[in-house]
Amino acid sequence: MGWLDWMLLLARIVLTFFMLLFALVIVIWLERKFIADMQTRPGPLRAGPRGVLITLADGMKLFFKESFVPTLADRPVYLIAPILAVVPAFLAFSVIPWGTHVTLFGREIPFQIADLNIGILWVLAMTSMTVYAVVLAGWSSGSNYPLLGSVRSSAQMISYEVGMGLALISVLMFTGHLKMSEIVAGQGGYYWGFVPRWNFIPQFPAFLLYLIAGLAETNRPPFDLPEAESELVAGFHTEYSGWRFAMLYLGEYLNTITVAAIATTLFLGGWRGPHPSFLPWLWPIAWFALKILVIFYVYVWIRGTMPRIRYDRLMAFGWKLLIPLGLFWVLATGTIVLLPGLYGSRGRLVAVGLIVGIGMLLLLAADVLERPRSRSREGASP
Amino acid sequence: MIRLPLVLFFSAVLFSTGVYGVLARRNGVLVLMSIELMLNAVNVNLVAFSQYVRDIGGQVFALFVIAVAAAEVGIGLAIVILIFRNRESINVDEVSLLKW
Amino acid sequence: MTGQEYAFVVLALVGTVGAVRLVTAKNVVHAALYLVVTLAMVGSIYLVLGAEFVGWVQILIYVGAIVILFLFGLMLTKAPIGRESLDNQQRGLALLVALAVLAGLVFLIQDAFHWGDRKMNLVHNTTGEVGRSIFQHYVLPFEAVSFILLAALIGAVVLARREERE
Repeated sequence: MGWLDWMLLLARIVLTFFMLLFALVIVIWLERKFIADMQTRPGPLRAGPRGVLITLADGMKLFFKESFVPTLADRPVYLIAPILAVVPAFLAFSVIPWGTHVTLFGREIPFQIADLNIGILWVLAMTSMTVYAVVLAGWSSGSNYPLLGSVRSSAQMISYEVGMGLALISVLMFTGHLKMSEIVAGQGGYYWGFVPRWNFIPQFPAFLLYLIAGLAETNRPPFDLPEAESELVAGFHTEYSGWRFAMLYLGEYLNTITVAAIATTLFLGGWRGPHPSFLPWLWPIAWFALKILVIFYVYVWIRGTMPRIRYDRLMAFGWKLLIPLGLFWVLATGTIVLLPGLYGSRGRLVAVGLIVGIGMLLLLAADVLERPRSRSREGASP
Repeated sequence: MIRLPLVLFFSAVLFSTGVYGVLARRNGVLVLMSIELMLNAVNVNLVAFSQYVRDIGGQVFALFVIAVAAAEVGIGLAIVILIFRNRESINVDEVSLLKW
Repeated sequence: MTGQEYAFVVLALVGTVGAVRLVTAKNVVHAALYLVVTLAMVGSIYLVLGAEFVGWVQILIYVGAIVILFLFGLMLTKAPIGRESLDNQQRGLALLVALAVLAGLVFLIQDAFHWGDRKMNLVHNTTGEVGRSIFQHYVLPFEAVSFILLAALIGAVVLARREERE
């Protein structure tokens, strides 16, 4: 690699970084607007047109506020935790291709920082790192409510990570690649001439599993038990203020964006989409952003409609429903991948996948809608 | 290219640190952590020898060790939590009912 | 020494410091964080040694799950702070035994592989090779490990579960 390649790599890192920051500003504003819309109120209005700049205004405010350290806090850990909230999310994003490529200086430059051989494994490793921010922030605050929040989050995140891993494993079995670029490449073309060959159609159950597990991994409602304000004041970040709180807050949204981006890459065909022929590098980025926004909207929608679920039901949902279904789907994917070589065509099996997916959806719905029975003996442990 | 003894020495240091931890600590969770150190030392050896003799089986067994370590931690922590529930303490030297 | 050896030595030194701090730390959560350092360094050493898949699995399973489990256990058991309450009285004896083990191992290694004699030419092992090896040559151990995991899962649930009171 010459110096030009290193410079281009650096440029790509900086570009991705600023794209993510820009996305954060937009996404936080959008969430507030969406939620406001669902609750029939105007939402942020003053800063900028329609309140677009609300995130910047909030950020400025938090930045100039005092960021103090509680007396009982464990100082080094307390200071590290907010940084840990942001860094893994950035790192996880670094393997995601968010566009095709441009040709500059006679080189093909992909819109992706690094195309690792073990892309999915990297993503799993980095998303599992985000739990440290929550656990350490809660523990190091030296106060009871944050501690409860971090105990909750450690159990919750480990449990849902298993479900997430199972969902990713079935995608990996279906595509046969760990590399992100090859997974996107494998999603080109159409079924029956018009349905895009995106993974979420044959892998619909895995898609659902991933979205739900992602919801729990990012501590978003209805799985925001670690920061349940009606029980734990503000959960793990009760004792944080100023720019450190801003880091924790941004980290949470960054994780949401990363989860949505991974879902887009693995299930929704990444940057693929029909586009006119001028500016061929711009349209994939637009498609990618649009798909992320769709998933994000679904998340906000869920937040707007679902009440927070009780802790024991959260664990029961994860272990008794999500993980068995994930295991079942891994088996089913194995069958779908191997059988067409032995017996008939692929299309029929895709149909089977869809049917099973709908069945799973009904099962999930049944569990959520189930009337809460008395489950006192289980006890909400932490 | 790495000299094999270099890796083996590192693994030996890791292992004996683990031994010290298991012997000197009285907190149950810390003892479990020291055991993890020893398992890791073994894994380093497995991977190093797998490269040395050109047999990928060593790496496969490192993976098995990692899986067994995960199981061990699960069971170990369950036992520690059970002891804590019964005795309000997880000091392993206080769990001496079967000692004579 | 080659570049890879320098990289290895740096990683090994950081890992050793982490391990030593783990067994001497006065605060249990700090000890867990030192464990994270050591485990991450060991994972990086796997990467240096060319075992890519094992390295990332190490990060994923150990750093991502096992240490979090430890932290969960520590927070649930309200571990006290201070070296006196974390160590027992046999610290000197333990140090002696550990040094004896180290000396024995170093002697054996020195005896068996003379310093600088045995060299590893590092090759990069892909995930595919590891997978083929597991599912072609080691299927039975693989099944045994999954059985152990299942037994551990059930065992942990049975152990940690509270007795039902009427």
